[in-house]
Amino acid sequence: MELKTLIRGTLMGGAFFCAVLPATAEDSVFVQLPTYRTGPYAGSGIPIANGMADYITMLNERDGGINGVKIVFDECETGYDTQKGVECYEQAKAKKSLVFNPWSTGITLAVIPKASVDKMPILSMAYGLSAAADGKTFPWVFNPPMTYWDGASGVVKYLGDQEGGLDKLKGKKIGYIYLDAGYGKEPIPLLEQFATQYGFTLLKYPVPGKEMQNQSSQWLNVRRDKPDYMVIWGWGAMNPTAVKEATKIRFPMDKFIGVWWSGGEDDARGGGQQAKGYMTLNFNAVGTDFPALQDIKKFVVDTGKSKVEAAKFGENLYNRGVVNSLYMAEAIRIAQEKSGKKVVTAEDMRVGLENLSIDEARLEKIGLKGFIAPVKVTCDNHSGHNKMYVQRWTGDKWEKASDWFDPMSDVVNPMLMAAAKTYAETNKPWPARSEPCAN
Amino acid sequence: MDLLNGIFIAPFVQMADAPDFLVQVLWEGFVSGILYALIALGFVLIFKASGVFNFAQGIMVVFAALTLVGLYQKGVPVILALILTMAVMGILALAVERFIMRPLVNQPHVILLMATIGLTYFLVGLGEFVFGGEPKQMITTELGLPTGSTEIPFGAQGVVILQHIDIAAAVIAIAMVTALALFFNRTRIGRALRAVADDHQAALSVGISLHQIWAIVWFASGLVALATGIMWGARSDVSFALEIIALRALPVLILGGFTSVPGAIVGGLIVGIGEKIGEIYWGPLLGGGIESWLAYMIALVFLLFRPQGLFGERIIERV
Repeated sequence: MELKTLIRGTLMGGAFFCAVLPATAEDSVFVQLPTYRTGPYAGSGIPIANGMADYITMLNERDGGINGVKIVFDECETGYDTQKGVECYEQAKAKKSLVFNPWSTGITLAVIPKASVDKMPILSMAYGLSAAADGKTFPWVFNPPMTYWDGASGVVKYLGDQEGGLDKLKGKKIGYIYLDAGYGKEPIPLLEQFATQYGFTLLKYPVPGKEMQNQSSQWLNVRRDKPDYMVIWGWGAMNPTAVKEATKIRFPMDKFIGVWWSGGEDDARGGGQQAKGYMTLNFNAVGTDFPALQDIKKFVVDTGKSKVEAAKFGENLYNRGVVNSLYMAEAIRIAQEKSGKKVVTAEDMRVGLENLSIDEARLEKIGLKGFIAPVKVTCDNHSGHNKMYVQRWTGDKWEKASDWFDPMSDVVNPMLMAAAKTYAETNKPWPARSEPCAN
Repeated sequence: MDLLNGIFIAPFVQMADAPDFLVQVLWEGFVSGILYALIALGFVLIFKASGVFNFAQGIMVVFAALTLVGLYQKGVPVILALILTMAVMGILALAVERFIMRPLVNQPHVILLMATIGLTYFLVGLGEFVFGGEPKQMITTELGLPTGSTEIPFGAQGVVILQHIDIAAAVIAIAMVTALALFFNRTRIGRALRAVADDHQAALSVGISLHQIWAIVWFASGLVALATGIMWGARSDVSFALEIIALRALPVLILGGFTSVPGAIVGGLIVGIGEKIGEIYWGPLLGGGIESWLAYMIALVFLLFRPQGLFGERIIERV
């Protein structure tokens, strides 16, 4: 009797899986989400991971995925460690993820040479190798909405505006405090070029990763050197420590500006009221006053499917994670249109990313009007060099301190092209692009 | 010629030109030194009583501070949170004695070192599991610690800025060292602890319980970790990045000796002040960022003359 039941059960189970599996396989795509919810960079990694996961969950819950195709995802913990990141990349490849999001410049640099061989698109949203914006040299790497070099040019442009023109930067001293890793070093060539071009002195203050919470020497040097402006390229625990140290030496906060990765609420909050006036670049809105964010609240946060704390929903880095998943979702939709398939592959996804175009009309349609500036990626231009704005800390929240503005593409682009060429030459034999443009 | 000028003349000219800045550098070095000394003190207490190099001292700093802030965030009143955190460090000490020290007694020191490395990863996981990986702001004002700063005019136009929390750190560190010194010298348990440190077998022969002493010393080390976590957390944030800062205590230990409480204090101050002076006045010659290895250089130079450290016990081996 028991054997009979077992056989019947097995057969029924088999029949069930035979019936369900093909449907599941046809109706879902897989995306890996590398994260760092642990370790020294978790303060920045957790809100981003929450934002990424929640936007995808919302699409699945509200719309049943994209055109009826569910997005299955799982997280892979990198701890912001390059070695672990490469292991996540290998897992992503084995699980046939549509795309790999390194979430670290170090990891991005490590996987770029593998991407074209493995046919795995790399989405390094506003980080990673700036030169990867050259789609001809890097057909598998994408860094919209802009590169670090665009960001550095944005900072210099903004500081020039404060002085009354870029020519007024002549004779000024601009301090650059940065995480002494691939990320922090990335914009240095461009800043040095600008220093020569506009006649300012660039003072560099590296912060080793192990010393992120021990920056008193760097800020003593700042006090001695008396730079006119300070620029920060920090991440994780480095940011709040830097803001606190700046307040300690009475550095004027309205002369202190960071890249978009130094703009978390927790980065500024620790400095208290003295941090008022601290500025960073940004490329997404802060807050929850958008229909899509309200849908995330309704379908994900309120139903207990999110890991975000209620108070942190809509904060800057949470919304940054939403932007990353928005790019992926839109690229999947475009890949479906271009390939004519519902269940797309990583190669289709590359085409989707290469044709990523989110204009005002599309933003309004998906409930994110004003959340980001329109984004356009092309075959040649994998970054788009899109717009950014400056946000200012009021003491308890971020407020917009400038209109959206363009990077200095006329200066940046030739340098990017030259850097891409140099990269290909120094990494010989770098494969020539074989993928056709589908724009 | 420029190099010679950069080494022997320019730094001293800078010091003379801006004496207020020199005092500020010395003060920052002093505060860093005090904090290094507190971390080193935690190492010394355990090494002295058990010969174990406690690799987990750094994570104990983070774990203690996280527990305090985490309990407060869960609605526990601040004083109760402080008492409960001390209790947690006490339970941790008992658990370490029962599950690590006791089973591994008489094993080679390297085994015990490996066990403390294991303890490090356990506490990292436990801390992240219970309190999450997000950095937390230290509850400085709630603990009654001072915030803000005082500007002291210095010279013609100079000013020295003293953060109140740094002054509090110095006072607390001095109070803690004094209390520990009194505990070691004036109490029965303290004398027993010194006896264990001198000779385990002799201590056992006069009826001193090694288990009890180990638990007490791990608890004392936990309290030092809590004080360090509060002070360092108030300067930046309470995050797992703080764990790495404990490694800054290594040159302090090399310098001061692994078994000397005064050595930890003096070594901390020498390293703290030395690395700041070196970084600020001689660092630019080497492109900056020299303080992370300068501390080891200072320690190595001292070792050339005193291999046992400044206050360490002289090693005499007869052959």
